[in-house]
Amino acid sequence: MGIRKVIIVIAALTMMLFPSELDFEPNKAEAFSNQVIQHGATGDDVIELQARLQHLGFYNGDIDGVFGWGTYWALRNFQYEFGLEIDGLAGDVVKQKLADASEYDRQFVKEQINKGKDFTYYGGTPKAQQVEDGGQGNQGGQQNQQQEGTKPTAVNVPNGYSQNDIQLMANAVHGEARGESHVGKTAVAAVILNRVESATFPNTVSGVIFEPRAFTAVSDGQIWLTPDDSAKNAVLDAINGGDPSGGALYYFNPNTATSDWIWSRPQIKQIGKHIFCK
Amino acid sequence: MFRWITIVVLALALTGVGVWGYKENQDKNAVLIQAENNYQRSFHELTYLMDLLNDKIGTVLAINSKEQLSPELAEIWRITSEANADVGQLPLTLMPFNKTEEFLYDIGDFAYKTAVRDLDQEPLSDKEIKGLRELYKQSGEIKKELRKVQNTVLQDNLRWMDVELALATNENTEDNTIINGFKTVEKSVTGYSENESTNFPGGSHDLKKINHLDGEDIGKDEAIDIANKWFEKQSASDLVVTKSGKGADVPTITVSFENGDKSGYMDISKQGGHPLNVMINRPVKESKISLYEGGEKGKERLEKLDLPDMEMVQSSQYENTGVYTFVYSEDEVRMYPDAIQLKVALDDGQVLNMSALDYFASHHERDVPKPSISEEEARKQVNPGLDIQQHHLAVIENNAKEEVLCYEFLGTMDNETYKIFINAETGKEEDIEKLKKAEMIFGDTV
Repeated sequence: MGIRKVIIVIAALTMMLFPSELDFEPNKAEAFSNQVIQHGATGDDVIELQARLQHLGFYNGDIDGVFGWGTYWALRNFQYEFGLEIDGLAGDVVKQKLADASEYDRQFVKEQINKGKDFTYYGGTPKAQQVEDGGQGNQGGQQNQQQEGTKPTAVNVPNGYSQNDIQLMANAVHGEARGESHVGKTAVAAVILNRVESATFPNTVSGVIFEPRAFTAVSDGQIWLTPDDSAKNAVLDAINGGDPSGGALYYFNPNTATSDWIWSRPQIKQIGKHIFCK
Repeated sequence: MFRWITIVVLALALTGVGVWGYKENQDKNAVLIQAENNYQRSFHELTYLMDLLNDKIGTVLAINSKEQLSPELAEIWRITSEANADVGQLPLTLMPFNKTEEFLYDIGDFAYKTAVRDLDQEPLSDKEIKGLRELYKQSGEIKKELRKVQNTVLQDNLRWMDVELALATNENTEDNTIINGFKTVEKSVTGYSENESTNFPGGSHDLKKINHLDGEDIGKDEAIDIANKWFEKQSASDLVVTKSGKGADVPTITVSFENGDKSGYMDISKQGGHPLNVMINRPVKESKISLYEGGEKGKERLEKLDLPDMEMVQSSQYENTGVYTFVYSEDEVRMYPDAIQLKVALDDGQVLNMSALDYFASHHERDVPKPSISEEEARKQVNPGLDIQQHHLAVIENNAKEEVLCYEFLGTMDNETYKIFINAETGKEEDIEKLKKAEMIFGDTV
């Protein structure tokens, strides 16, 4: 019948007209998750985004899984070149365009990241030439790690702080406020930061922490206990603006405080065992 | 026979213990001397620097040429910061010495600001010279007192370890010469700052004051109502309500609860019932929503608080949480002082933390002027090596703590990204900041 013929012709025409659609269908399924990726994000989607942008030559930084400024400008340039709205956000349209335009060898990229190697992922250059020899290879563990998934090789850090500064503060907070609630720990971390800001204390985190007799945990060595995650979370919350102490510069435990002077300070509030004051 | 063996063994043991004890004692003394020497170094350096400071301020008063003035002021700045570092290494935290530290900081602050100022355009004013004379007199006092203490320390072989011990145990602080000496120094500065602080050139290190809160005072029940909008499904009996003490900058009512591994804490301003600080702590599961979606949830939350005009200016993901900075924006002008920070759990989009103190401290009706120079003109003030990618209009607080309207430029140079603020009235470069990159994870690359 004619109708059948027509359908076949239409189907054939469709295939001719949109061959890429069909070709890319399986590819698309494994490309990106359906989340919008924005500045500051971390994870697998970001690794893929960076690898694809590098494949096209827009991105020259490390493929580290953190959406930083380098990635941001690369993405905006991509959006500009491909006539998309330039907003630095990787939404559905952008991700589709990227997936169409570039290749992404997930296994290769993840293998290099897991092996801790320096590598690039530019299109048009054989991959073998883009891996630096002598990275901290761990061939044996590679198989396992592949199954566990790939972690980004970098982290976001708050402006002005390194992971090590955060670690040092976490040590101090852990030593000083081990038994306290999350709020109690955050308040202690906030006091350290308030002191850094204050004119009457040293201007660095380490200067404040190691000021003689400033913290009992430093004097008696408890600062060198290994802090748990809750101390680190408290420090991060404090650095990101949380200050439950109400701008306090001092705190003390009323059961053990020996100094009369500390009692004379105007008190703000008590959190857990500590009284916070100006 | 047996008796003799016992005697010999015991004698040997005794000698062994004796030798060991002697060695331990030696080690302990070595450590104590080391600590003592550190204190002594800081102390003698401090007295020397105060001497030098006094001389330098005296010199500045006599200088006539501007070419000489700036380097001398820079020198003063360096001396004060070194002196402050020395104070920070002495065990003075548990005694009142903060006025002296503030004094040092103020001198340094003034010296720095004046040293970098264009003295041809804006020479020292009479008020500033008068202030400097005061500083000269004052630093002379401090110098004299410290030299006295130093003399006693050297004459009588006083040890800082005793000071530390006395302060730690709170005993005998009355008859410790060093402590008394430092108290005298502090007293002389206190007298000064009470009388003269109004004349002080540029001495302003007040902590944030909340001037722009509005609304009626609220009571305990209203505070609980406000808190319940944040703490999901907490029965009123679990909530603990407390009021802030007299040391608080702004009187607050605190509502908190603790329930297994979940806890909540909230500071609400007494006036107007504004949520200044919210912290909800719970284990956050694997993230299900993106950083972007978390930001949308945060924005919804702010809209519910009747803060509709907030624009997101920064976002970062920390494991399964997203941290965002929002600023108030009006007619596409970003008001950076009016900032709110949010932390959103990326498992279900709950807003965990909010710090809104900055917002409520500075938000007010502003009369934002039209920029008097064009964007093109402002662009010319930026370093030509920078490739400008994005621009906005923004209100920021400059070094002199004044709010100024600026062009905010985001630009790149050699793979680094910079943020530059150009004053939209004068074309002056108000602030420039290199934006931080993500940091590689150390020792965790395998």
